[in-house]
Amino acid sequence: MLEPQDRIRFEQLVLPHLDSAANLARWLLRNRADSDDVVQEAMLRAYRFFERFHGGDARAWLLQIVRNTCYTWLEKNRPSEMMTEFDEEVHQLPSTTPETLAAQADERQRLMLALESLSPRSREVLVLRELEGCSYKQIGEITGIPIGTVMSTLSRARERLQRTLTSAAAKEAS
Amino acid sequence: MNCELAQTTVHGYFDGELDAVRSAEFERHLERCPECQTALEGIESLRTLLQQSNLYEQASPHLRERIREQLAETSSAGRLPPVYSRRWFLVPTFGVLAAAAAVLAVVFFVLQPHTHAARITAELIDAHVRSLQPGHLTDVQSTDQHTVKPWFDGKLDFIPPVSDYSEQGFPLVGGRLDVVDGHSVAALVYSRRRHFINLFVWPSRNKETIFETSGSRQGYNWIMWGSPDMEFCLVSDAASGDLRGLKDLITR
Repeated sequence: MLEPQDRIRFEQLVLPHLDSAANLARWLLRNRADSDDVVQEAMLRAYRFFERFHGGDARAWLLQIVRNTCYTWLEKNRPSEMMTEFDEEVHQLPSTTPETLAAQADERQRLMLALESLSPRSREVLVLRELEGCSYKQIGEITGIPIGTVMSTLSRARERLQRTLTSAAAKEAS
Repeated sequence: MNCELAQTTVHGYFDGELDAVRSAEFERHLERCPECQTALEGIESLRTLLQQSNLYEQASPHLRERIREQLAETSSAGRLPPVYSRRWFLVPTFGVLAAAAAVLAVVFFVLQPHTHAARITAELIDAHVRSLQPGHLTDVQSTDQHTVKPWFDGKLDFIPPVSDYSEQGFPLVGGRLDVVDGHSVAALVYSRRRHFINLFVWPSRNKETIFETSGSRQGYNWIMWGSPDMEFCLVSDAASGDLRGLKDLITR
């Protein structure tokens, strides 16, 4: 059990990042019901492991736990999404084909589907960088990607998202 | 032509991750590389698109509420909470359960606005329960908002907003005065199927705050929220989804 002063530190340092935790989990699992369960579980893990937190970036520390909890969940419940050789071109989800995307009148909806059509590994770097505003160092810490390859991972993810959006726009025009 | 930097360095440059020397070097390169210029424009517009599309998903009130409810269940039933999700089962050890109880206690403590608000909520639920006793529900019984609203005139130092939502499934039943936290408040009564919903309204005491909290207690659900002028609280044994529906109508 944690000492009372640790409990207060947990409240002050970790809990304020609940929104960040919810956002990352929502984008990794692609739906709210599952991600709420996983966030709850991740918060418990964070609390259990809080003794191992020796200062530093509390958000990155929490998000690392959230991310690992999400991946464990995905491996168990949707192993197909976790295939290491996941190829975004071949294994495109039926809901996110260019045709479906093109049919989306709503720009935001289209962007959401495009983002969800990427592999979890591409999606997470985009969410962390563009929505969460993380630095490369933080992205490396959270995802375990070596700092030297964060830039190229992000570059590939951006390119894939752009390509998905462009092909949807082309389908719409045709 | 295929510039290697257009696939990598341009991202580091755009994200402000290059050191001063590499950044200056890249800027010199950028001036004469159309491919990198196009790439830079592309990632700029992608970021604008992502950030303007309102994609950030905050922790839902539902998630906070669920954690709170779980704790309420735990403390009333004297048992420890289930820490598994709907689809996966985790066999919890005692340590996990103890940590679960502890973290839920912490989360509950932090999410609970403050003791004053908790006391007000308790009073409002009591007021709701009291109102259900025979003859206590309404002082003015009317489904007509133009009858109910003037009735409050002169009885309170503020005029509560009164609307009927029959068409949306929440008919107005009437209104009455109640006392909460030592102050007179307006209580409007709506019905939902066979449940009564009390809407308590009072002037905001803290003009700066816009807030919303919700929860359940003793089987009653409540949603409380504040605007710069008025604060509101819905209390009922109706489903929390129904309360949220009515809240959306009121705040629309």
